[in-house]
Amino acid sequence: MPEPAPVLELDRVRLSFMTRKGELNVTPGLSLALARGEALGLVGESGSGKSTVAFSIVRYLGPLGRVVSGRILFEGRDTAAMSEAELRAIRGRRIAMVYQDPMSSLNPVMTIERQLMEVPRLHEGVGEEEARARATAMLAEVNFADPAAIMARYPHQLSGGQQQRIVIAMALIGRPTLLIMDEPTTGLDVTVEAAVLDLVSALRKRHDTALLFISHNLGTVAQVCDRIAVLYGGELVEEGSIREVFANPRHPYTRGLLDCLPRLGRSKHESKLRPIPGQALSPLARPPGCGFAPRCPHAEPERCMAAPIPSLAVPGEPGHRARCVKVGELASWRPEPGAPGEDRDEAKSPVLLKAEKLAKSYRQSISTFGRSGRPVKALNAVDLVLRRGETLAIVGESGCGKSTFARILSGLEVASAGRVELDGEEIGARRVEARPNSLKRKLQMVFQNPDSTLNPSHRVGYSVARALKRLKGLGTAAAADGTRRLFEVVSLAPELAERTPQQLSGGQKQRVAIARALAGDPDIVIADEPVSSLDVSVQAAIINLLSELQAECRESLIFISHDLAVVRYLADHVAVMYLGKVVEFGPTDAVFAPPHHPYTEALLSAVPVPDPEQRSQRIILEGTLPSAIDLPAGCPFASRCPRKVGEICDTTPPPEQQLEGGHRIACHIPAKELERLNAASAAEKER
Amino acid sequence: MGFESIARTHEASPRPARRPGRLAARLSPLAGLAGSRTTLVGLAIVLFWVAAAVFAPLLSPYPPNATAMLGATHPTPSAAHLLGTDHLGRDILSRVLWGARRVLTVAPIAVLSAAVVGCFLGLVAGYYRGIADLLISRVADILLSFPVIILYMIVLTLFGSSALNIILVIAITKAPIIARIVRGLTLELREREYVAAAKMRGEGALFIMLVEILPNARGPLIVDMCLRMGYTTITIGVLGFLGIGLPPPDPDWGGMVKDTYGMMSVWPHMSLIPCAAISSLVIGFNLLAIGLRERAFRA
Repeated sequence: MPEPAPVLELDRVRLSFMTRKGELNVTPGLSLALARGEALGLVGESGSGKSTVAFSIVRYLGPLGRVVSGRILFEGRDTAAMSEAELRAIRGRRIAMVYQDPMSSLNPVMTIERQLMEVPRLHEGVGEEEARARATAMLAEVNFADPAAIMARYPHQLSGGQQQRIVIAMALIGRPTLLIMDEPTTGLDVTVEAAVLDLVSALRKRHDTALLFISHNLGTVAQVCDRIAVLYGGELVEEGSIREVFANPRHPYTRGLLDCLPRLGRSKHESKLRPIPGQALSPLARPPGCGFAPRCPHAEPERCMAAPIPSLAVPGEPGHRARCVKVGELASWRPEPGAPGEDRDEAKSPVLLKAEKLAKSYRQSISTFGRSGRPVKALNAVDLVLRRGETLAIVGESGCGKSTFARILSGLEVASAGRVELDGEEIGARRVEARPNSLKRKLQMVFQNPDSTLNPSHRVGYSVARALKRLKGLGTAAAADGTRRLFEVVSLAPELAERTPQQLSGGQKQRVAIARALAGDPDIVIADEPVSSLDVSVQAAIINLLSELQAECRESLIFISHDLAVVRYLADHVAVMYLGKVVEFGPTDAVFAPPHHPYTEALLSAVPVPDPEQRSQRIILEGTLPSAIDLPAGCPFASRCPRKVGEICDTTPPPEQQLEGGHRIACHIPAKELERLNAASAAEKER
Repeated sequence: MGFESIARTHEASPRPARRPGRLAARLSPLAGLAGSRTTLVGLAIVLFWVAAAVFAPLLSPYPPNATAMLGATHPTPSAAHLLGTDHLGRDILSRVLWGARRVLTVAPIAVLSAAVVGCFLGLVAGYYRGIADLLISRVADILLSFPVIILYMIVLTLFGSSALNIILVIAITKAPIIARIVRGLTLELREREYVAAAKMRGEGALFIMLVEILPNARGPLIVDMCLRMGYTTITIGVLGFLGIGLPPPDPDWGGMVKDTYGMMSVWPHMSLIPCAAISSLVIGFNLLAIGLRERAFRA
């Protein structure tokens, strides 16, 4: 039987941006093929060229981008030879794209109905009635229970997950043969991400659509795709079926990516993460040989760095290829090893920080004549305890109040009710401006966004030096000296202090932010999603740094994250928050082992695991987060809880069940019963 | 235990340091002027007038207020008077050059004063918000809703039209506009994480406003000040035309038009030349602003 023509074929494509400084080469010669109905995951870190490749397929490269040589064939036809009119006919109809931010793909002034109907009406010229019927059917397919109600709405009236489902519906309503998704779930919460991924898997099989799935997250790719292609510096370094590549990665870069991921179930006490050393390849300085060789632990200069490396077949696995001269020589890969971790300090240290019935509500709108509107309850009676030298992780999805908690601790907001005590001193009601320097020194923060954490108008050393001057009262010379020391502490070359933030990578900026937080020898460092916008290899290095520093400086760490694998790895205690309440709290091992609060259970099941053997049975949460204005009288999670027992959940706040070791769960279901239910669903997963 | 006790090796600096000069880094919107043709043309026009203003005593063939009887009878351009003379026989070239000197002293001082006041008010309103914002914004609204020409006429007839009064009245009317721009930028910049970090290390409000926030507003501010210079040139021209500008007989472009527009049908050059001077300077400032804005958006 002859092979049918692939839907998409890239044949030695050389993509470049023609800048004033000359040709900026993104891919030196990329070849890949996508068969009908196949799902290919294109994985790479930022700057690897994965999005540029996606845009080149529909010839959206902007004024500077060029396909210098090679061919991009869509259904056997060269896209470079197509006229603008032919391209327009293909874009949206035959090739559909879904991007990271759904809000920017939707027209804010058009109803969902109009936007959905526009696709078949424009591309296929179908009538109003048929278009409406197709839109309704499509909405039902993307799991909207009541399509009619959704159709009448505007994009801003939908949640992020709903918006992304609309975008997917819009992409599929034209029955495309190729669907390109560029980081479609990166901005979404884990439980929403899980729902979207399940939906994509089901729909592409039903419609026999080929899928090019671009992601930096190996976990999501493992859940959705049939094949995977790993991109490094614009070159395909490894390609093969999901099973082969994850079980037997043959390229050192793929191995590096897998090694630096914290896996659910591993903690810092067992092993350190293994970040990939060095910096990502710059397209301006492409070496003659293997682009990864300078960072590769297996590299041999004469074999790897002299001439271009061909893509070689992996012995015994047809279709699995790696661009590595040692493809057949490397030992088989094991996911586990890593340097030994830190010793666990079992002794209970004194309580450093204590939050009691902490609450925060905001007034909604501020008009010229006073404030109006009903209060939004961001935090609702939060009780937490942090001991000296330990790491407390706060997890939860967006809107759960975890960042508000951090902002109250740091004094950027004040609490509306309740108390926070630091070393016995009440701080919850004191703005940072009203706190004495001795108190400011004790609490410092590492922020989420590396691009906004350093002032672009100043050199990066400035903020560290200022912190030393203000918090420790150092003079200019001593502060410069201390800045150099701190840069060394966070493993940065002290010369970098003279650079501007624009000249630093995201990981380097985050290291400077950590140095700044450490300047005053704080008792507590609050890290609000410090690694969520970093590449995985950089993320591993920053997490290692945080845990090393904590072991050495003995400061306490409050680590706020939505990433359960990272939390499992780094934390001693975990608090799971939902809608301004702590629903589960306890030692990390206890929280990650049954009995779980139903919300924790859903979160855990939603984590995309980078292991195709574990395409987990996910618990999909129905409905959306209730409004924080009208908080439910009973359990905050009741409206979405798959284990809801009855009316009591809606009407009565759940009791705090105290379990062993300070573990507590706020749920009406007794812990013993929860444990049994957890075990039952785990057994079901096995089958 | 502090960080002093930690020993660690760091990765070698991977890239050679590219160090822009400190001033260049601070004025980055001005740094790459050569890149844009729009900017270059604008800059050339503005520099032409700056040179005319600076070297007016050397360049002008006659004293600006000297009358020539011959010129009064034959005012059209000739070898003796390249741009002709006005109805009183004063050399127009000399008067235009000296007029540039006046515009280009009054306008920058007025705009800079407006910027200083406007930046400060805008920073305070945007940073503190609440009652400070309410007061500043509403006063600004009132000032902006007032017809400025009438305001100029009232103030300048009451207090006399000296250069100082013109500068003051322009600064007062332009400051609210700049304050609004700075307030908007500050509202956004105050939420940046580096501002939170500055608060957490105990910096004072004034320090945060001037050192952390204001430098990051410089791009749009510089663009706006270029535009503002153009508008101020027009304003000074209008004041001169209304007879409440800089006091005669010293040359003033608007005043030159006022003195001669009655003779438009006979000797149009007398008013058209100062008009062209005003327009070209305004266009120069506008092109400069457009070029700088393009650059700011590309960056």
